[in-house]
Amino acid sequence: MRRFLPRVVALGYLLVVLLAPLGMVFYRTFQHGAAPVWTAISSPEAVHAFELTLLVTAIAVPLNTVFGICAAFAIVRRRFPGKGLLNAFIDLPLAISPVVVGLSLYLLYGRTGWFGSWLTAHGIQVLFAWPAIALATVFVSVPFVAREVVPTLRELGDDQEQAARTLGASGWQTFRRVTLPSIRWAVVYGVVLTTARCLGEYGAVAIVSGRVAGKTETMTLLVDDDYQNFDLSGAYAAALVLAAIAVVVLVVMTLTKPKEEAA
Amino acid sequence: MADALGIAAVRPRRAAPRGERLGTSLTLGVVTTFLGIVVVLPIAALVWQSKGQGAHGFWSVVSSPEAVAALELTLGAAVVVALINGVLGTITAWVLVRDSFPGRSLVNAVIDLPFALPTIVAGLTLLALYGPSSPVGVDVAFTRAAVVLALLFVTLPFVVRTVQPVLHELDVEMEEAARSLGAREPTVFRRIVLPNLLPGILSGVALALARAVGEIGAVVIISGNNPYRTEVASVFVMNRIESGDPAGAAAVAVVLLCIAFAILLAIGGLRFLLTRHERA
Amino acid sequence: MIRRIALLLVLAGALAASCAAAARSSGTTLNLVAYSTPKPVMSVLIGAYQKTAAGKGVSFTQSYGPSGAQARAIAAGQPADIAFLSTGLDVDTLVDAGLVAANWGHLPYGGIAADSQVVFVVRPGNPKHIGTWSDLIKPGVQVVTPNPFSSGSAKWNILAAYGAMRKAGKTDKQAVGYLKQLFQHVVSQDSSGANAMTTFLSGKGDVVITYESEAIAARETGANIQFVVPNPTMLIQLPMVPLKSSPNYAKATQFIQWLHTTAAQEMLARGGYQPVEKAALQRYRSKFLPKGRMLFRITDKLFGGWRQANKTWFDPNTGRMVAIERSVGGPGG
Repeated sequence: MRRFLPRVVALGYLLVVLLAPLGMVFYRTFQHGAAPVWTAISSPEAVHAFELTLLVTAIAVPLNTVFGICAAFAIVRRRFPGKGLLNAFIDLPLAISPVVVGLSLYLLYGRTGWFGSWLTAHGIQVLFAWPAIALATVFVSVPFVAREVVPTLRELGDDQEQAARTLGASGWQTFRRVTLPSIRWAVVYGVVLTTARCLGEYGAVAIVSGRVAGKTETMTLLVDDDYQNFDLSGAYAAALVLAAIAVVVLVVMTLTKPKEEAA
Repeated sequence: MADALGIAAVRPRRAAPRGERLGTSLTLGVVTTFLGIVVVLPIAALVWQSKGQGAHGFWSVVSSPEAVAALELTLGAAVVVALINGVLGTITAWVLVRDSFPGRSLVNAVIDLPFALPTIVAGLTLLALYGPSSPVGVDVAFTRAAVVLALLFVTLPFVVRTVQPVLHELDVEMEEAARSLGAREPTVFRRIVLPNLLPGILSGVALALARAVGEIGAVVIISGNNPYRTEVASVFVMNRIESGDPAGAAAVAVVLLCIAFAILLAIGGLRFLLTRHERA
Repeated sequence: MIRRIALLLVLAGALAASCAAAARSSGTTLNLVAYSTPKPVMSVLIGAYQKTAAGKGVSFTQSYGPSGAQARAIAAGQPADIAFLSTGLDVDTLVDAGLVAANWGHLPYGGIAADSQVVFVVRPGNPKHIGTWSDLIKPGVQVVTPNPFSSGSAKWNILAAYGAMRKAGKTDKQAVGYLKQLFQHVVSQDSSGANAMTTFLSGKGDVVITYESEAIAARETGANIQFVVPNPTMLIQLPMVPLKSSPNYAKATQFIQWLHTTAAQEMLARGGYQPVEKAALQRYRSKFLPKGRMLFRITDKLFGGWRQANKTWFDPNTGRMVAIERSVGGPGG
């Protein structure tokens, strides 16, 4: 009974809030068979949207990974004033609604924005082109790697690093050969979350992308586009591709995370 | 886990050698520059825009009845959701770490789904499942309950994922020791386990709160967005932008940001206090 | 190792993107930025245009989104040669940004590409027998209409409701009273007309007030609805204008001129829009404007044009709708 009750509560909670909606996505997508799904995701627009989404993800993930590792290391292993502030700023992108992200990018890079005239004078298109989409995506996915690495670094303690230092290793060597390998799985997990977040970003990108069909539409915008044009099966199809990628990514992560599962 | 029992490990504080200080400065430089360009600069532009109509303009938008109603709904729902997550998320983490049942690894993997699923898709499916054409006969769409439901979905992973690592590292021997000394389960939980979990729970709750305050994608589809009734602050901001008042939008957005910032700082500080004994 | 691969990926991606950007098609490219629903009809029109002598070799990029958001995007620098929006108000946003001539109303056909009208979309069989504006405030009727401060569609709806009441002989005070009652029946205020339609299609509400062209478009894609044209109702005028800032101004104007030919207007009519060109309108009159129906316009003295109407009704701080929304849902309301 002691085991039973928490298990039922937890599973019930998950079923209602999480698992049933997931099942619904699958059901709705394949409601009218597999053919419309294939047509929807193999159209040139869909293929381009997929490429654009991948491009933006390929930019955001490495940047935020390097940033996350450096920031986590600085926060946990070093002392400096304003640590709490840095921590809060890293988490802040989680709190900002995508509409606000879009607005702030307009304010910076729009025609009448802070950098607007400079950009126009040099013929550089940031807004309504892939750079703005990349900026928005990088912004919203900032926290994830740092958030994963910080607690792991904390739990691990710096005994091994201390040992390496006493044996004569330099700061960089210690970092590369002792610290990095020990946080490897946390980094992987963080990368997975960052990737998923990049793939799924909609609100901010909707505002700054310009929605030019076949040019500046990401997969999530395609979902919205189809939905707005009452092409529900197309919308769910694209949504399913996104959800499927997410699930695959989760499965890969589960399979490559040995320590946590050995209860 | 000698530290957890309150025995402070004595560790001499060594002065950082020059190479290390240089490395630290460099790392911090990179970190702050990146953060500055990507995060701080846009926020600065936002704050600047919110000053557009002056302090009077700022205050008149923020204190308008519709804005106040939206802010109240957002904060109220966020707190409710954070509390639910705090309790149920901890239980879920416990079950996933300490319990074993068929399909546990699958369930564990699925926890991250809200991170991965685009919020509009989440909103669409919640609407399909718990809205007017619900296959299970539950229709909460276009009510405040819908706001809470949408927020529960998007914040579900936070507490679970911050508590799990702590539970893994927790030394079962302490609990066994307590039990062998005659303590009953609730006492063991309350006095041994919970204090160790608390920093993790707090981190998760802080993140869940921050996330809930800014959410728009899932909420906007299922809540109906009726001003004064089911309109959350982020939708209010969006409507202000759409009606040609970006300064007013920026004003309320800045208020939301300050609230989120304050929550993050406060809980960070609380964490700091609670884990004081772990630092020399 | 992993970092090296990642770096390569980034470089490859950046390279690909710059190549894509550099590859420009020869001949003119016109950037069409439009509101959300004309996508199907514009695809047909663009295809037909490219078969004409003037349109040979002209390629188009197309962007569809909420009208207000699109106008703001153009004002913020989105490359655009032709703007096809859903209210004159959004065109005025472009005028204020210096991108469209202030006298765009003097363009042929007043700068309007096509018309539509405000209609009620109801469930099949119209179980609640909704046919007139007064039916909307019958007990138990649930109405879906977008948020009037953010949605052009909602603005048309409210002005139509107010106008219908005034045309029926009610005083200003009575008409405002009607609006208050109407909003007590509103169950969902989405940010755009398209979202309102999808809310309705998801099962909420008994009636959604929207454009006739949207209703027809939804029906074409198999949505299970029918619509009713109330009498009187408001004429919706959909502007299409060339951008002053466009490097292809002449070509853009040519396309818009072609759009006003009888053949093109008949394509629009078949797509669910009311033509503005005489011959096409004559041919399709019975489909859209049966005898005895009254249509009023935004230029009527009652409204005084978009700028005036927007200021009076939809200013976020002083508009009449602020008080109405507050009386329905706000403190003490």
